[in-house]
This record gives sequence, C-alpha cells and structure tokens, in this order.
Amino acid sequence: MKERLQQLEKEALEKVKQVTSLKDLQDVRVSYLGKKGPITEVLRGMGKLSKEERPVIGELANKVRQTITDAIDERKAVIEEEEMERQMEEETIDVTLPGRPVRVGGPHLLTSIVEEIEDLFIGMGFEVREGPEVETDYYNFEALNLPKGHPARDMQDSFYITEELLMRTHTSPVQARTMNQYQGSKSVKMICPGKVYRRDTDDATHSHQFTQIEGLYVDKNVRLSDLKGVLNRFAKQLFGEDREIRLRPSFFPFTEPSVEMDISCKMCHGDGCSVCKQSGWIEILGAGLVHPRVLKMAGYDPEVYSGFAFGMGPERIAMLKYGVDDIRHFYTNDIRFLKQYHQA
Amino acid sequence: MFVSLNWLKQYIDIDHIDPEDLAEQISKTGIEVDGIEHFASATNNVVVGYVESCEQHPNADKLNLCQVNVGDETLQIICGAPNVAQGQKVAVAKPGAVLPGNFKIKKAKLRGVESNGMICSLQELGVDEKYVPKAFSEGIFVFPDEVEVGDDVNQLLNLDDVIFEFDLTPNRSDALSMLGVAYEVAAILDVDVHLPQTNVSTTAEKAEDKVSVRVDAPQQNPYYGAFLVKDISIGPSPLWMRNYLMAAGIRPINNVVDITNYVLLEYGQPLHAFDYDQFGSDQVVVRLANEGETMVTLDEQERSLAPHHLVITNGDKPHALAGVMGGADAEVTDQTKTVLIEAAYFDPKTVRQASSDFDLKSESSARFEKGVDPNRVRQAGERACQLLEQYAGATVLDGVAEFDQLDKQEKTVTIWTSTINDRLGTNMTNQEVADILRKLHFHFHQEGETFNVFVPTRRQDIHIFEDMLEEVARIYGYDEIPFTLPQGGSQAGGLTRRQQLKRYIKRFLEGAGLMETVTYSLTNEERINHFISPEIQSEVVSAVPLKMPMSEDHSTLRLSLVPEMLQVISYNLARKQGQLAYYEMGSVFLSHEGEVTKQPAEKERVTGVFTGEWVSHPWQQEKKLVDFFVVKGIVDALFYSLNISVTYKQTKMDGMHPGRTAQLFVNHRPIGFIGQVHPKQEKAYDLNETYVFDLDLDYLLDIHHNAPSFNQIPRNPSVTRDIALVVDQSVHAGDLEHTILTAGGELINDVHVFDVYQGEHLEEGKKSIAFSIHYQDPNRTLTDEEVESSYQAIMDAVKEKHQAVLRG
Ligand SMILES: [Zn+2]
Repeated sequence: MKERLQQLEKEALEKVKQVTSLKDLQDVRVSYLGKKGPITEVLRGMGKLSKEERPVIGELANKVRQTITDAIDERKAVIEEEEMERQMEEETIDVTLPGRPVRVGGPHLLTSIVEEIEDLFIGMGFEVREGPEVETDYYNFEALNLPKGHPARDMQDSFYITEELLMRTHTSPVQARTMNQYQGSKSVKMICPGKVYRRDTDDATHSHQFTQIEGLYVDKNVRLSDLKGVLNRFAKQLFGEDREIRLRPSFFPFTEPSVEMDISCKMCHGDGCSVCKQSGWIEILGAGLVHPRVLKMAGYDPEVYSGFAFGMGPERIAMLKYGVDDIRHFYTNDIRFLKQYHQA
Repeated sequence: MFVSLNWLKQYIDIDHIDPEDLAEQISKTGIEVDGIEHFASATNNVVVGYVESCEQHPNADKLNLCQVNVGDETLQIICGAPNVAQGQKVAVAKPGAVLPGNFKIKKAKLRGVESNGMICSLQELGVDEKYVPKAFSEGIFVFPDEVEVGDDVNQLLNLDDVIFEFDLTPNRSDALSMLGVAYEVAAILDVDVHLPQTNVSTTAEKAEDKVSVRVDAPQQNPYYGAFLVKDISIGPSPLWMRNYLMAAGIRPINNVVDITNYVLLEYGQPLHAFDYDQFGSDQVVVRLANEGETMVTLDEQERSLAPHHLVITNGDKPHALAGVMGGADAEVTDQTKTVLIEAAYFDPKTVRQASSDFDLKSESSARFEKGVDPNRVRQAGERACQLLEQYAGATVLDGVAEFDQLDKQEKTVTIWTSTINDRLGTNMTNQEVADILRKLHFHFHQEGETFNVFVPTRRQDIHIFEDMLEEVARIYGYDEIPFTLPQGGSQAGGLTRRQQLKRYIKRFLEGAGLMETVTYSLTNEERINHFISPEIQSEVVSAVPLKMPMSEDHSTLRLSLVPEMLQVISYNLARKQGQLAYYEMGSVFLSHEGEVTKQPAEKERVTGVFTGEWVSHPWQQEKKLVDFFVVKGIVDALFYSLNISVTYKQTKMDGMHPGRTAQLFVNHRPIGFIGQVHPKQEKAYDLNETYVFDLDLDYLLDIHHNAPSFNQIPRNPSVTRDIALVVDQSVHAGDLEHTILTAGGELINDVHVFDVYQGEHLEEGKKSIAFSIHYQDPNRTLTDEEVESSYQAIMDAVKEKHQAVLRG
C-alpha cells in the first residue's frame, strides 16, 4: 500500500508537470484527488490494515494528497500567469492611434488680458468696478471736467443716443459714479474694465468698439511718485522684469498734471528700432493726478484728498504683447485666431 | 505744427545740439515730437550759376544749350526747362553732385552735344511739389538777383533744414507759434529768447486819419487793430521767408500774403490783409451778422450768415467772416497799392462755431479757436508792418486805429514748495523751484517757500495750482521723480462674489468645450428683432437706436447676443471652419419707453451658439453632430454646478425652430431659452443646423448663494425601481417626471429617463418612457413597504394625470 501511494504521488506529479491548461489541470485534480480517485480508494482499503499500520498509511496518504494539491496549486498559478500574459498579448493596441477628442474651449484673448491686469491690480489692493455702457453726458463728460462746448470733446467723437445719453467713450464715468456715491467719505482704490465706443471707422488700428481699463486711487496724500511706483510694478509684471517705464507730459481734461507712460522697447532695449519708431520707447497708457475740479464735483475736498488715475487699452496691450497686427481680429472671432491664445 | 530748426535758430541758440537729442528732450518735457524730417538732402555740389547765354540746341527743338558761370568756371549745360533764359541766376548741380533719390550728376552727351551738369528745379532738389511756388512749378527755380554766383544752394534754399513735427495736445496752443516753441525749448535748454524787432520808420500820416474802427460786439471781438500800409509793390517775398514758409508747409504766394502768413506762424496771431482801395469806406465796423445776410468768401462761395456769426464790414457790407475767411471783394491782388492789416482778438467759441458751421478749417481759425495771446495781437500787426516796409517797399502809416477792451493782465497763481513736494513725492528746494520758473521765463515774487507766479498771457492753459504743478514737474523732469508705493491704509482688493461667479461660469463653459467670443454691442436694425428671449421680449418697449450711426450694421443696441454670434458662425463657416461652439457674456439694452429719454436697462446675458460635429472620433466610428440635447446637457451641467434647479418647457419664439425650442424657468421665473435656429434664419445667415442657448446671467448671479452645508454621505443602500409607462405622444417626459417626484414622496432622491421607445408592439400615437427611480434615506435602511407604497402612489398619479399605463 505504501508503494502504491508513492507510485501515485510520482505519477501525479509527473502529470501535473506536463499539464498546460487549467482545464487539464482540473482533470488531474479530479482524477487523483476526487472522491472516486485512487487516493480515496487507497484510504477506503485501510480497513484491511493492522492497527499499527493504519495511522502510518493514513499519514502517508494525507501527505501524498497534500503534495499533489500543492503541486497542482503551484502549477495553476503558473498557468494562470501564462494565460494572462497570452491574453494581454492579444489585447495589445496601437497606442499611436488618436485619442477620443475632448472639446477644449477657452477665453477670448481680451478676457485673458483683462483678467491678468485685474489680478495684478487686485494684488495691489484695488477693487474691480463696473458701470453702464450707455452713459449720461454728465458722467461721461461733465463730471470729468469736460463741460459742454469744451474743445477736448472733439478728441473723442461719440455715438449719441439723445442729447443727454451716449455710448460711453471711456470707462472713467465708473470712477465718477463711485466717487459720487461715496461723496468724499472714504478712499477709493479701483479699476474699471469695460467696453467703450467711439465714432471711428473700423480699420487695422481703429475700432468703433474697444476695451478700456481705467484705474483710480483717491486718498489723503496720494503722490505722483505713487503713480510711478504702481505703474512700474504693473509694467514689470505684465511685460517682464527687464522693462523700464518713463512718464512724459500729456493732456487729459480730468487729470492735472497729465502724463503718458512708455515702456522700454522689448526689441531693442531702448536703442531704437522699427517697432518703437527709433525712440526706444513704446506708449502704453495715459495717467495723471486727478483734476481738483473732478474731485470737487464728486464731493471730495481737493485740499484733503488727492489721487491718481490711469487708463489703458487692452487691445493695444495684447497687440504689443502678442504681436497681433490688426485690431479687427479681436472682433471677427475667427476660430483660428481665438485658438492661438487659449492655452495656458 | 511743423517747426523748422533753422527758423527756430533766429530766436534761440540751438546750434550745438543734435536734432535727434533735442527732439527727445522736447518729447520728454512737454510736446511730443512725432517726426523728424530732414528737409531735403542735396550735396554741396549744387551752387548758384549765372546763365551767360542760352541758345537752342542744334539738334533738338525743346532743348537749350546754356553757358553757365558757376564762379570758378563756366559750364556748358543742356537744359529742357521752358523757363530757362539768359541772365537768370539758377541752381546748378555740377558733375559729381548727388540729388535726392540718389540721382548722380555726370558729364553726358545729349544729341551729340556735351552737357556738364544740370540746372535744377525745386522738385529736383527735394522740395515737395505742394510747396513749390506756382511760378516755378513747371520749370527750373530762378533766384532773386541779390544772390552771389557760386554760393551754396543748400543754405540759400534752406535745404539743410531739419523739420520737427509736433503732435500738440489741445492745451498747448502756445506752441502754435515759433515764439511759443522758442520759449518752450528755451526752458528745456535754459537759454535766452531773442524777440523779433517791430520798429518802423515814422511818417506824419496817421492810420487813424484814414480809417476808423467801431466794434458793435465787444464780447465777440474785444480787440480790433487796423494798420495801414501804402505804396506797396506786390512781388515775391524774400528768399529766406519763402524758405521758412515752405519748411512750415505753406506755399509762398506774394510778399503781402507771405508776410501775414509768416507773422501768423511767428507770433501765433492770425492777420488779415484787405485791399484798402476796395474796402468801400474808411470805417471798419465789426458786428454780428444780420438774419438772412450773405457774403461771398475768398473761395467764391456765397455764404448765408446767421446772427451768431461775427463779420468785418465797411459799415455796410461784410468783407470777412471774422477769424475764418476773408471776402472776395477786398482781396489783395497784384494791383493792390494800400493794405489794411487787421490784427484782432476774436472770441474762441464764436470762431469755432463759424468754422464748424461752414466747415472751414484754416491755420487762422485753428489759432483763434484756442485763444490767441492778448499781448501779441498788436505786436503781430506791428511786426507785419515792419516786414512790409522792409520787403514790399511800403510806407507804414503811423499808429493804429483800434478798439480795445481786451484783458491783457497776467494771471497770478500761488505755489508752495512743500505742496509741490507733497503732490509729486519729491524733495525740491525753494531754489530749485525758483530756477524752474526762471527757465520758463515766468515772473514771480518769492517769499520763503511761497511763490506768486505771474503767468505770461502766452500760456492760456495755466489757471490753477495744479497747472503750475505740471509746469514745475515737467521742467524738473518726470525721470527725477522717485518710485514709491501708496502709503494709505492697506485695503484688501479683490473681486466681488458676482465677479468671481462670472469668472467661474466662463471657466465652466470653456471646460465644456466652448470658445469665448467678443462681438459688437451695436448691431443691424433688421437683425435686432429675432432671438429675443421671452422674458426680455415681455419687458422691452423699444430698442435703443443711435442718433447718427456710422453704418447700418452698427446702428442699434442689441436685444440679444445671438444675431452677432450667428454672424461669427457664418464668418467661420465661410472659412471652412465647421466645428464651432462659442459662448459670450455681455449686455443687452432695453428701453422701457417708446422714445428713449432715460438710460436703458442693461441686462447681462450668457449666450452660446453651436454647429457642426460635437464628437468627431472617426476611427472608432464615433461621430456626433450637435443637437438639442448636447446643448441641453451643457446647460444642465452649468445649472447643476451652480446648484440652481431649472425646468424646461416647449415654446415657440421668433427666429427659433417651433418644435425644437424650450424656455427655461428657475423658481417659476422665465430665465432664457435653448433650441435650434429656425431653418429660415439658418438660410438667411448661411448656416447649417445651429443651436443656441441664451440665459439671464443677472438673475443667476442674483439668486446664487454659496454651497449648502455638509450633507452626510449615505451609509445605507439605495433602492431602485424601474417603470416603463406607455403614454400619448404628446405627453412630455418632464411632466411625467414632475408627477413622479410629487407623488412619490420625500424618499425619492433621483428620477431619470433611461429609455424612450415608440414603434412596433405599441399602439399608434403612443410611446413608452422608462424611468429609473432611486429611493434613499440618509439615516436608515428603507423598508419594502415604504418603497411599495410610494410606487403605488406614483402609479395612481401617472394614471390619473397622464393616462399612463404600465408597459406589459
Ligand atoms: Zn525698439
């Protein structure tokens, strides 16, 4: 009986070794370890054995059964591994085929520029304010020191709706409205982005609708040097740390003194080139100290309060920053234009 | 304003400065120099030559053979100009000269005869055609007799001049004169200004004996001076004056006209010359025009005058429209012997009105409109007399007949060094401030840090402290002002909740695959009537048109963003870009009045337009065109992400497909629409199938509130029941869903459609809609009885309300 068991073990292990599929392996398991298998049969015949032999053979039979079971399990793991490998081999794909496209949208270039500028001034403690696009003559002109008949009104020929209503020609009325609301009760530190309108024929450099961002800071003891500091930080953050700014005298009815801010030319670093018309500088924005009459009209005492204001055109800034050559691109919304600027 | 540097040198010393450097300094200090032009660039090989003889070329009818003495030699030159003649002094380009345009002069043979140089026209020397005096426009230039043979033509003709083009801001009208520019440059360079001389020889005859001046409208004309100059011989003005006028962009005419123009540019004071013998009386009467009065101006146009127009008359008829244009009757001609020179101060507004009424803009009106220097009016008249005496052989009658109520007082502005420093952020000393005032040639009284500044009348733009602050700042130099950051209390800047939400919605739509557009607010009057969202339509009384549009396409404010956005789709389709999904945020403008008198309501919308393939993944056979449900899916997701619940109702509206359009409601309030563009409109805009949504952004921002407080994640399993209901075709899934939710009770946490079927096995006119109903209680496990009773309630309700039966 002992020999029989050892023979069975040898036989079984040999078969297990040769088996290559899980099904065959299962057959081996059933045929050796099943209820009708030879080991069970051997155990069944134990009744004929002597009292002394019984536990010895019983132990041996269990050991043989365990050895075969282990061998089958081990073999099973190997075959499963091989089968998985084979299956994955079959599942191989061409990873260079195109993926399922996900629609990618994005902001308009003007929005990107405006938000960038907003964030930059928010970082310096400014609020963002908005106001109506159809303005009263009072807020668009008079409150900004441009009374009726003022020659500077020629500078910005406007779209009138009635004698007293017009499409705002700048976003400065938002400043006037904000100051008017506070009536000198507190300081104002704000920027106002928005759409503005002028009677211009649309061409490469003019648009009857465009965008403006104006800024205003009114407080006690605001100085021109503060304006220079704020604009310097703005210019360096927006255009690069290596850019310099300078102020030149200019004229706006709502500021006195009035200045224009230039930044040093990126192409020639100030030496002069065709981009900057040989001057080494590129005009970016207009600014100045708030005219005392503007303060007074809004209820701020110019003896107590002073302030600075500035205004810029995001289209122009985008054109300089990205080399856009025609302002009309911003408004035709050609998908091939928009797509160029919607990546981070 | 064109500024000739050679001319400017008559008043200030700028010889040692490079023109480019000077332009840079002027730009940085006050006036933008927009251009620097070298007037003309001939070489030093062009000299004055004397035409000793001039005969016809032996072999050519139209050519002349000239012997020209150029000082050190006599050159044989062939010349084709019709006006060349013996005895002339002309400009000769000798062999070796290079003329503008890199035109090299060489010895040559013309029709067998040698030619050693060229006799030049002004154009050939680089002078712009439009400045060339008429007498020389068709041929060579002829010098006046007093020039010396062999002299350098560059200098004689001012060809070495450099011209600055000033881009003047409206406040700096003082720089509309050479003297004004001289003061400006003098302040920058800290040099003196030499004023021109105005003395004339005295005569016994007095102007006042020959002419009287009466002004009936002193407010419009506070000063009028009439100078008389007799025995004039009309002829060309001196060469230097012609040169300067050309450099300034004015074509020389004759000595009288040139002198008035020269003084206009020199003093910034427009003058007018009348032919005294044609004036028709010995009195000048300045008055407002009468109703219905007419006059013929110099350009031979008859002008109908109005009572706000100021005219210069002879007591009877007008001879000039004050400050704008003279009349034809008393115009100076070649026969003129005696000239009445008008030097006057006309009210800026009166001149501006007249110049705009008649659309007549001139060098004169431009200066009167800005307000001329009251202290230069008479001086300019005297200067003109002096020049006429010197260059027109004239006799100047003594004095001036004048009317004078003009305020010539200098204004006083007080400034303090400490206040200047406070405003600029500088540390100027009293001495520095005093120095700046001295450079500006402003007189002042100083007491410690207090300066009483007497502002010269040439600076009409300076009235208050801040104006002087600018003067001090710019001469001190903006570059010298430090960079500081505001010292005021540090405010926290930031976006409002609304502004943040707007950005959030933008990013959401971009993430969903939409590209942002920015379109025009002004649109076409015809396009405006379509695609108006129902809640806007019910509110609007009228659209808002412009009073004077520039074009039909931008004549009225939009009532919807859709038309301009469809235009964008159309534009892109025409360029073979067919896969388009756009959104825009912007305002529509609606008036609550029949005729607009008040500011219209501005309502912010968020709008989307879609066309073409939404999914395009061909190799895996996945391709999907945009349809209603693609757009609805995006809108649903937007509302979900804003935590706002929305319902849809089938609707019909202008511009939209009647079977594929829904109106949206939030809290029973209409807030926009979604659907397919009407095929007729698709055709009109040249579109393929196109879908839109348009939402009331203002309302969404108004009702949005921050995320609700924490909800426990359910621990217990949910129970799902599916039901398939057979209903009439006309029954809407949304209505069934509403009924299920209402009848099913609070335990339902979600209901959604998972199948819609019609066709085989169903009765004609019926459809089956299958819903999945999820039950959940966050705190406990539901019992079968609870779910069953809810299910029964649902079945009863759908049977009663929609005649629904369970699909067998
Ligand atoms: Zn450059």
